[in-house]
Amino acid sequence: MNRSSIQEKVGINKYEIDEGNSHIHIDQEKCANCVEKSCLYICPAGVYSERNGDIIPEFAACLECGTCRVACANEGLTWFYPRGSFGIIYRQG
Amino acid sequence: MADKYQVIIVGAGLAGSAAAFKLAQAGLEVVLIERGQYPGSKNLSGGILYGGILNELIPAFWEEAPVERSITKNIVTFLTEQDSFSIETHNNRFSAPPYNGFSVLRGKFDRWLAEKAEEEGAMLVPGICIDGLVKENGKVIGVKADDEEMLADVVIAADGVNSFLAREAGLYKDLHKQDVAVGIKELIELPAGTIEDRFNLTGKEGTAYGIIGYATAGQAGGAFLYTNKESISVGLVIHLDDLLKGKRKAYDILEDFLEHPRIAPLVRGGKATEYGAHLVQEAGYDNLSRLYDHHLLVVGEAAGLLANNGLVIRGMDLAIGSGMLAAEAVLQAFDRNDFSADALSSYQKAMEQSFILKDMKTYSKAPGFMKGHRLYQQYPDMVTGLMEKIYAQDCSPKENIYKIALNQMKESQISLLNLAGDGRKGLFWL
Ligand SMILES: Cc1cc2nc3c(=O)[nH]c(=O)nc-3n(C[C@H](O)[C@H](O)[C@H](O)COP(=O)(O)OP(=O)(O)OC[C@H]3O[C@@H](n4cnc5c(N)ncnc54)[C@H](O)[C@@H]3O)c2cc1C
Repeated sequence: MNRSSIQEKVGINKYEIDEGNSHIHIDQEKCANCVEKSCLYICPAGVYSERNGDIIPEFAACLECGTCRVACANEGLTWFYPRGSFGIIYRQG
Repeated sequence: MADKYQVIIVGAGLAGSAAAFKLAQAGLEVVLIERGQYPGSKNLSGGILYGGILNELIPAFWEEAPVERSITKNIVTFLTEQDSFSIETHNNRFSAPPYNGFSVLRGKFDRWLAEKAEEEGAMLVPGICIDGLVKENGKVIGVKADDEEMLADVVIAADGVNSFLAREAGLYKDLHKQDVAVGIKELIELPAGTIEDRFNLTGKEGTAYGIIGYATAGQAGGAFLYTNKESISVGLVIHLDDLLKGKRKAYDILEDFLEHPRIAPLVRGGKATEYGAHLVQEAGYDNLSRLYDHHLLVVGEAAGLLANNGLVIRGMDLAIGSGMLAAEAVLQAFDRNDFSADALSSYQKAMEQSFILKDMKTYSKAPGFMKGHRLYQQYPDMVTGLMEKIYAQDCSPKENIYKIALNQMKESQISLLNLAGDGRKGLFWL
């Protein structure tokens, strides 16, 4: 099997995306002062990236595990499940 | 006026559906609410379901349930960067009813169990995410979603590891990084015949690998590889605090693992069809909280139920068992028409007498032991190094095995004292 990137990995999944309705909220001020920025590497779906100093969550790829919420050291991140029936749909699980 | 029911269960995972099944079977009016489009669509396990308890709820469930393979081969593998050392057991008894463990895929399996609860009369409401509890005078009287309230005599929180409900109720503190492990998994499709040939299986039998060492890049946790009918479930479970320290991305570690010379041939030619992630409770017995309150019970992983000794990870059977015991306590409460914390405390007592909390207690020191780092680097290094020295014939004079072993321990930086101490802990704590 060939190595696959995280984009390829989540790309094979089925999602019902709640367009324009992110279930992840970032307090950029708090995050700007965060040294760890663990969200950038801890998310198993690679949802978080940094652009011009801002944390950008690509919420549509979220696998809804909650790792980011537990890992976040400075409470800059608010995470709850997507609205009912939206988000990841595991066909196998 | 909000609708009122006898019992509301939040979460149609295995814990919730098991409780719903039993309550509906006894004739109660049960609503089972699930945030996914269908039960199982949000759930992920390795997963081997140890079926004993489900066999009590639904006798011979394997005849109708979507199980994948009955696990008869268990393989423990220690991995170094290049080498490996495995111990394989084949238990023929596990190939016939009542079997022992089945590989399952939750997207199908949870759906089936929820349908069974529906057949008994439970009302399944998928696609609704519960935002919180409804309280009156500090007591839970229902749940709410989008400001719509639903009331009940008893609410059962079966909402899984992140359980926002158990936390809102004040029963559990918020999760910390040392309380959980991150599980990731890839599903790799292969034809049934290929799987049977490759893993030396006949018919419906299956293999389960538990892999320790380089698999997790030396971090506390392990890897698993389970055979399904026409796919392989392969993934990692790594303690979150270690993963944070290591700063490596879990999916990169998984990719390295899949390229390992011991693992690559097992998944060769396969097609990845799904990738998922889920947290695993690792807080253990010592951090369990009260499992009940006025009008409220907590079941499954929401209640912190999980037994992991590194080689066998069990959450599904504990979830089902706790759902069943919660249902029994609720039935008693309805008999007496008393839903106070006092009345519902019979659930806690039953749990303490059951295999569920007893097993968790037995493994209560396992999480600490599993964080001993010798397990992930030095021991795999030692066993593979030892075997290599025994088998390598390179025209230099050989030493006897005792001397080889002592030298190898030195090379792997393990002292006799380490070995004795870890061995003792391993024997008693796992
Ligand atoms: C990688 C991995 C491998 C594992 N391997 C094994 C294994 O081999 N064997 C084993 O026995 N266990 C294994 N486990 C553990 C097992 O998966 C869990 O312990 C088990 O799923 C717990 O069941 P549950 O019903 O308590 O919770 P869950 O299965 O998490 O179910 C909770 C349900 O509640 C729903 N829900 C949550 N919040 C809400 C809300 N607010 N409103 C409505 N619905 C909600 C969810 O959508 C979900 O359906 C593994 C776990 C992982 C992550």
